[in-house]
Amino acid sequence: MAPLGSACLLLALAVCAYGIGASLYGVRRARPEWSDSGRRAVYALAGVLTVAFAVLEIAFLRSDFSFNTVADTSSLTTPTAYRAAAVWSSQEGSLLLWAWLLSMWSSLVLFLTRGRMRDVAAYATAILLGFGAFFVSLMIFYANPFATTRPAPVEGAGLDPLLRFPTMMIHPPMLYSGYTLCTIPFAFGMGALLARRVDAEWIRAIRRFAFAAWFFLGVGILLGARWSYSELGWGGYWGWDAVENASLMPWLTGTAFLHSLMIQEKRGMLKVWNASLVLATGTLAIMGTFLVRSGVLNSIHAFGGQTLGVPFVCLIGVMIAGSIYLVVTRREMLRSEHRLDSLLSRESVFLANNVVLVALCFVIFWGTYFPLISEALTGKAASVGPPWFDRYTVPLALLLVLLSGIGPVIAWRRATFANARRNFLAPVGLALATVAVLLLAGVSGKPFALAMFGCAAFVFGCVGQEFVRGVRARRAMAGEAAPVALVALVRRNRRRYGGYIVHVGIAVLFVGVAASSSFQHTVEPTLSVGQSSKVGAYTVHYVRPTATVTPSNDAAHTGSTLSLGAVLSVSKHGRHVATLYPSEGYYASDEPSQGSVGSLIGGQPVSHVAMNAGVTRDVWSAIAPNIETPQLKRIVEIGNKTIPFVRPEDALIAVAYLAHSYLQHPPPAQFHFIVSPLVMWIWIGGLIVFGGGLIAIWPAPSAMRRRVAVLGRGRRARAAQGLARA
Amino acid sequence: MNPARKRTVRLTVALSAAVVLAGALIYTSFSAASPALTPSQLVHQAQAGRSYQVTGTVVAGSVHRSGGTLDFSVEDRVGGTVVPVAYTGTVPDPFREGREIIVTVQKQGGAYVGERDSLITKCPSKYKAAPPAAGRQSY
Amino acid sequence: MLAPRRVWRALERDAEHVNAFVALFTVVLLGVVILLVSAPLRAKRRAPDPESVADRAELDAAREAKYREIRDAELDYRTGKLSSEDYAAIDGALRAEAVSILDRLEALDNHGDTRDDPEGPPRDGKSPTSRRTSGG
Repeated sequence: MAPLGSACLLLALAVCAYGIGASLYGVRRARPEWSDSGRRAVYALAGVLTVAFAVLEIAFLRSDFSFNTVADTSSLTTPTAYRAAAVWSSQEGSLLLWAWLLSMWSSLVLFLTRGRMRDVAAYATAILLGFGAFFVSLMIFYANPFATTRPAPVEGAGLDPLLRFPTMMIHPPMLYSGYTLCTIPFAFGMGALLARRVDAEWIRAIRRFAFAAWFFLGVGILLGARWSYSELGWGGYWGWDAVENASLMPWLTGTAFLHSLMIQEKRGMLKVWNASLVLATGTLAIMGTFLVRSGVLNSIHAFGGQTLGVPFVCLIGVMIAGSIYLVVTRREMLRSEHRLDSLLSRESVFLANNVVLVALCFVIFWGTYFPLISEALTGKAASVGPPWFDRYTVPLALLLVLLSGIGPVIAWRRATFANARRNFLAPVGLALATVAVLLLAGVSGKPFALAMFGCAAFVFGCVGQEFVRGVRARRAMAGEAAPVALVALVRRNRRRYGGYIVHVGIAVLFVGVAASSSFQHTVEPTLSVGQSSKVGAYTVHYVRPTATVTPSNDAAHTGSTLSLGAVLSVSKHGRHVATLYPSEGYYASDEPSQGSVGSLIGGQPVSHVAMNAGVTRDVWSAIAPNIETPQLKRIVEIGNKTIPFVRPEDALIAVAYLAHSYLQHPPPAQFHFIVSPLVMWIWIGGLIVFGGGLIAIWPAPSAMRRRVAVLGRGRRARAAQGLARA
Repeated sequence: MNPARKRTVRLTVALSAAVVLAGALIYTSFSAASPALTPSQLVHQAQAGRSYQVTGTVVAGSVHRSGGTLDFSVEDRVGGTVVPVAYTGTVPDPFREGREIIVTVQKQGGAYVGERDSLITKCPSKYKAAPPAAGRQSY
Repeated sequence: MLAPRRVWRALERDAEHVNAFVALFTVVLLGVVILLVSAPLRAKRRAPDPESVADRAELDAAREAKYREIRDAELDYRTGKLSSEDYAAIDGALRAEAVSILDRLEALDNHGDTRDDPEGPPRDGKSPTSRRTSGG
């Protein structure tokens, strides 16, 4: 079946080549049938790659170890769900996933815009197929997912235990959807510049594409943070790691783009800025993809060697050069139609917001790529750590939240100063009152966190005021009851109120971030059974050890051979709060040098975190049992010496004996306890952000169109009235 | 001041502010950065009181835990100089002898002390698998 | 327990079956792709859409955006962000811009497609061509 997969890849490359040629020919010679054919080539690409993907999936599900990728990342003992998801845990498989997602999203977008924006869409088709050709070529020439070895090995290496978590399995497809979706606004941006057509229709379309990218990328990032927090053994959700940053940067520019696009729509301004932003977003997304898999920076991610670095650098170079060339040669077309009317206007707040977002992106870019920059400039690679990032991103984040509160309360075009003063009275009062109350309650010592709480209160005040006034206005116009008015208000002004909800979500998220990073209590005690440790206001008591043996018994369902843990009792002021069961899983390795028994548990151990999540705080625990006491080591040594490899059942019995011995005489284990306030609000804030986003982008009901028609029918009379009034 | 002049002034002010901030950013990054060195480079270049990032492999048999401190030795990937490190803080799961690690250290007297929670273990390359893996720095 | 030679022959046959299947499937796939991709080329040749269709779509989008701006300005006024003088000025300007877009649309209707209803937009507010081209 592998040859079928390889054949599909070759066919895919041919389809891409044809599609690029057909689309370009069709648009340059004004022959729409050729452009249509090019569009259909994208559909064909999606179909062919679906077949290829299916071949690989089936190979994983059937545990066909003749496929090299299957043998490298799966095994007979890997649970089925993880086997299916292991497809994208390797370099080759993840490239296929990327290409497949690209083709599917491109097909959807081109199908939805068929018949519209013909010229732009044709160029966009060619560019999207260009990306497709790039990734398919990478697979054909560098990292073929359908490479086989015969005779096939009997057992595979198994999925990295660190990846055997549900969130981990959804994270790559979500993130890749985000990355691939970023290429679509890029393609349509380039297409618009090539076709010299940047207009209202293009704005409407590209806003949807940019939103889709923003949505999926944002969800992917949030899921990654959540996974890192709840499943990795370090208890944090963001470490300014190169790969985290790589996904955040296009999201920041995407957010900026969504805002400044509104200015272009209303006032015909910022065209060059928007073109640059949308092209930068796509380029940053490709750079992020490149970072993860090239090993170019010292980061956690180690997707194989440097072999993919060179092609990616070439692609990025072409994208940057092409973008700059197009923006410069089309600058006449991108001239602004108007100027900023007044500094006190929503346009100017949006502009400030853009500046802050781009500044954030620049800071993160500089810090992430610093090792390469410093090496190029000084010959020595050096890297900056989280404290440096925090120093610059925290003030910028404060500014961002502040602006997100100011924006809703200022009018478009020209706000009246007296009005503004009046409108900000209540929110500013709320912010100051909040800070005062917190200080009185003893929350002190962390000025930045306090400032963030104040800014968040300010945002809640501004947005709350907007909703109240909006409902009031609606009731004055339509006489509805308050709840009905609220729903109608949001329904008829989705972009505005959806956006407000997003801002609230961001404020909530930052409150969670500020609280959990500034007011965290963390201890790393070594405890024997029966001992307790104090962390913050809580006491954690090590009740007794736990142990399970054999993959099928693994409580965490991840297929570990041995799992050692603890039962912890958490209490506050003497009252029991929760019972936690952290553990450490030991997996089989494929290193025979560790011995028959040693190799059953010598694989990479994985910490299974136990957490009690609450509205006001999370109590987080992890355990690192001591499996290397002389007594336990002796058991392994004896087992290695006396049990041959061909009798794994006996080796397993030895492991069971080891577990038994651990339970009988548990050595002191090292623990890590963290009490973080308000962490849950980070996730809740994220949900609010993306819920608000969906509301904002949801298409207006046809009822609204009817009202618009009324405006149209009597337009002559109304227009005359209007002009007379002016 | 006519509107055009006002706009030019605004633009100039904004650009200057941006340049100044960018300059501050760039300057502090060079001074706040820890150079990435191999153990052999570290031995030659390390000055007391400065932080350095050491990359290398954990030497077999060198790992000892005593109390809250983890002692281990790092050697060059290609073999050679061995540097002993005394480290406190989170130890990532994949950490073991023979694995590649990155740790930030400071030279104190004759010994190298690892900065708290700065130990990162790279995923072993045989698990080309990999997206992310283990412990990093906390705040 | 099969004799080794029989096992080998069975495997060879299987491999042949698989290879034949793969070849057949690839050919079929190729055929489907070619059919799909060449369909517009084999269909009746038609002239490219006149510029007016693209213009109309663009004007429709511009009109909707302008209407939204008018409603936004009204909401701004009603929620106390604009003084009545400011609102009057802005509203007037926006309506004038809307009228110019509607004028251009009307000019396009008169010179272009005769299918269009000259009486104005139908009940549901969408003209025939905009119904086809909008929805994005």
